[in-house]
Amino acid sequence: MSQRLPAPLGDVIDRSSAISFTWNGTKLQGFEGDTIASALLANGEHILGRSMKYHRPRSVLTADFWDPNTTVQVDDEPNVRASHRKLADGMAVSAQNVWPSLKFDVKAANGLVGRFLTAGFYYKTFMKPAKLWPAYEHVLAKFAPGGAVDLNTPHGRYDKRYAHPDVVVAGGGPSGMAAALAAAAAGSSVILVEHEHQLGGYLLWGSDDDRTAATGLAAACAAAGVEILTNSTVAGRYEDNWISISQRSHPGVIERLIKARAKTLVVAAGTIERPYVFQGNDLPGVMTSGAAQRLIRMYGVKPGTRAVVFTANESGDSAVEALQSAGISIARVVDARSGEGITSASGSKSRVKRVTLSDGTTVECDLLVTAVGWTTPTSLLNMAGDRPVYDADAARFFPAGPPDNVLATGGMVGDGSRDELIAHGQATGELAAGRAAVVRQRIQAATARAAAVDGPELDYPADERTPLDRVRHPELYRSTTHGIVDYSEDVSSKDLFSAAGEGFDSVELIKRFTTATMGPSQGKLETVNTVAVLAEARNETIAEVGTTVWRPPYAPISLGALAGRINEPTRISVLQPWHEANGATPILAGQWVRPEHYGDPAAEVRNTRTNVGVIDVTPLGKLDLQGPDVPKLLSLLYTNKWMALPIGGVRYGLMCAEDGVVLDDGVTARLGEEHYLMTTTSSGAAKIWNWIEMWLQTEHPDWQVHVTPVTTGLTSINIAGPNSRELLGRLTDDIDLDPDAFPYMNVRRGAIAGVENCIAWRIGFTGELSYEIHVPSGHAVHVWEQLLEQGADLGVKAFGLEAQRIMRLEKGHFIVGQDTDGLSKAPVTGLNPLLKLDKDDWAGMPEVAWTMESGDHPVIVACQPDNGSVIPEEAAQILRAGTTEIVGRITSSRMSPTLNRSICLAQVTKEFADPGTSLEVLLISGERITATVQEHHAHFDPEGARLRG
Amino acid sequence: MLLVPCPHCGPMNAGDLTYNGESHRRPDPKTCTPEEWRTYLYLRENPSGWLLENWYCSSGCRKHFKIERHTFTGELRAPVLPGRKPGATQGDMK
Repeated sequence: MSQRLPAPLGDVIDRSSAISFTWNGTKLQGFEGDTIASALLANGEHILGRSMKYHRPRSVLTADFWDPNTTVQVDDEPNVRASHRKLADGMAVSAQNVWPSLKFDVKAANGLVGRFLTAGFYYKTFMKPAKLWPAYEHVLAKFAPGGAVDLNTPHGRYDKRYAHPDVVVAGGGPSGMAAALAAAAAGSSVILVEHEHQLGGYLLWGSDDDRTAATGLAAACAAAGVEILTNSTVAGRYEDNWISISQRSHPGVIERLIKARAKTLVVAAGTIERPYVFQGNDLPGVMTSGAAQRLIRMYGVKPGTRAVVFTANESGDSAVEALQSAGISIARVVDARSGEGITSASGSKSRVKRVTLSDGTTVECDLLVTAVGWTTPTSLLNMAGDRPVYDADAARFFPAGPPDNVLATGGMVGDGSRDELIAHGQATGELAAGRAAVVRQRIQAATARAAAVDGPELDYPADERTPLDRVRHPELYRSTTHGIVDYSEDVSSKDLFSAAGEGFDSVELIKRFTTATMGPSQGKLETVNTVAVLAEARNETIAEVGTTVWRPPYAPISLGALAGRINEPTRISVLQPWHEANGATPILAGQWVRPEHYGDPAAEVRNTRTNVGVIDVTPLGKLDLQGPDVPKLLSLLYTNKWMALPIGGVRYGLMCAEDGVVLDDGVTARLGEEHYLMTTTSSGAAKIWNWIEMWLQTEHPDWQVHVTPVTTGLTSINIAGPNSRELLGRLTDDIDLDPDAFPYMNVRRGAIAGVENCIAWRIGFTGELSYEIHVPSGHAVHVWEQLLEQGADLGVKAFGLEAQRIMRLEKGHFIVGQDTDGLSKAPVTGLNPLLKLDKDDWAGMPEVAWTMESGDHPVIVACQPDNGSVIPEEAAQILRAGTTEIVGRITSSRMSPTLNRSICLAQVTKEFADPGTSLEVLLISGERITATVQEHHAHFDPEGARLRG
Repeated sequence: MLLVPCPHCGPMNAGDLTYNGESHRRPDPKTCTPEEWRTYLYLRENPSGWLLENWYCSSGCRKHFKIERHTFTGELRAPVLPGRKPGATQGDMK
């Protein structure tokens, strides 16, 4: 570690704990607390990457999170910020955006032809002809910056959290810490978020007193119960202080996204030091005054041996002291406050060697430190609606005035000594806590179900903070030469001048045209220089040019953190463990995990048609409806009539949306005088519950109906097949199953297998004699097992979803959402007798009436391929013979084990709907086959003799 | 994310509610013309200004309610349950 300075320099590294890592394959050592960049610099490795467009060698510029050209590959992770990421043992670090190697990079030839790569070069050169773009893209992709993505990388763990603090403080410098402390002392719950790895802000690389103060404040925050999140970023502020925090320091996960609803947000983001624009400003060895101080005081790294310091402020002066303490000789201090300046720097490819001053003299050096002023990172304030205003005297932007629930403090709003900044932060924290308390009280008062507000109404505290002064600062943006403005995008001031010359007069447009400010540093280093250069090129003031609007995120967030944990809940019936223990293949149907089959769906069909089968149909949506006005509700939502359904009756119904499109279907039974049980499709259960509530609450609040979803409260089992009556009869004495006493489309209640309060109804989705029983779920496993045990000699077997789908298709029953779609109005189903236009009202009635009147709609038909061994794919197109005109599509298709041939449902235009019509079906293979429209929807037992038996 | 005050649950994340869009009157299905019905189905005022909207407290109390929202400033007035008239501003919740 040739460039490592002796203690006490290097506050944050632990020299007793060495860390081994590799850099482009070479084994190196660093210390605990090092960043990757500080460890590399300590080892004398000072070229960390190459620039995006010109492949110029680059090194550390800012030595913090925003360092623009120090992204590296770490193991399988690309684009790691070397100046921010802490070194860890065994890391394999390599340079990216270099080929074939860091030291010899063929793409650096780009630098020689740089004059061709001006702003808009790619747009202008590769725009035409459009058809060649894939070829251009293939070549250009090799020149694109960024590391290598390993597609075999295992899934990382990310997480999300919701938080409801009173106050969020963004920024852990002196003002931020003081604000957090004061808010906590005033009784607020506080989250304090710091971008870097520890609290302290600029105090960390300041004087001994500064560092002592930082430690003291940080300890006081922790003791006061402030939740401290370091290495975390407040990424965005949205309406009503909805705040996203990216936490990179949570143990066990790579990154965690915290969504916090804060009552007050304190923004204490400090200031970010601006680089200076001049020829050679991107040479390795040119860095900001903050970078030099951080490297020396925090990491104990010697950034050079002979320095020129260009300073316009205290930070530059402090850097001179730091350099001297590190034994670096000061070749020259160039003081902008006395009119001195620098015009260019030059050197070898890998290092600055001399600096030319404004007076024409040159000074030899290997380090050039600049301290030319500050950018106010007003991003979070922008997101709250604030538009910052430029102050030429202070040479930086200041907030204009954010909304009441967002307070800015610290360097963002002015200058001051450490104590003044702390005092302002403290006043801000007290104000934030006072306002949060008022918001808390108002929320409580506005919440009917919360406890009544105790005590007097609080007054909203006015902002009576003493403002911080603004120190005068020379306006230093660009020297007389051109240099790099955006380091990560390789955009120079010359590019901005030429774009301005082409007529780009808006900073928002020039940003998009040149891509200045659009790199990974999110404009933090580049925006104000871009604005200043554009102002200069257009001969306007910075205030006239204005600034771009900073949008979320404040700093990049990984896509993994946005995605969070995979958290898709699924539902199961209480019988699912039985299914899985008995060989069921699970399938995810909507939210439900269900048995698809138990080995052979065709055999399950044959057994059900011959003997008896049982299927778990619990996912069927079930709504318990009670009240005197239920018939009115049913009449309103179903297309058919419901006012005269007798107790014990069951009826099928079709529901439409207000545009006449089929919404859902199902059967509803009348269990008692004012008691009904409605079933919906499995996927429609939640939707129909909402649909009913909406009609009841908004259109008919006077109707007395109470709706209770009982989908999982009742486990539903369908017993189907010729032996189903015999089987159910063995389990109940309570229900008279005699066909005269319990005919088709009727419902009875009673005990089944000793379980009271079961509901049984006779319906026939499968086309067989069948009973659907709804059993209180706590006893469902018992009933299911009894059915299988008692029916062993009757040939009972469980069947799955696939067998049921085959049997319903054999019977020609359509499925809403499969055989109908978002354009299928009710007459498409062919159930015209159920569309009662003589009722006063039902949802969708006018559209259905007009559709029936015009007759202009497709219809569902059953069809059979003429070659019964071919199964057309679902969604296969039906064409007018010999043409490409689409006249319909196959909506369902299966091989029928009962008929031993393929069967389908299809939607076709009316012209093709008559029985006997030959349809031409285009298979996915491109082959065309013919199929014939059937007389009935049911391919099997069209008279329904079996189910009515 | 906007905080929307449910009349029963108090301020809720908009994402915990269901937005049912601009409030509109349903025409009489027996007598309306296709134009009236389709205006009800598809056409919205979409003003830049105050708008009466339907919301549903789908993750909370499951009440439907109406609220006036200023589509430009995001300001909200007091929510009302269906069948009642929208009232005055309920004070700044923010």
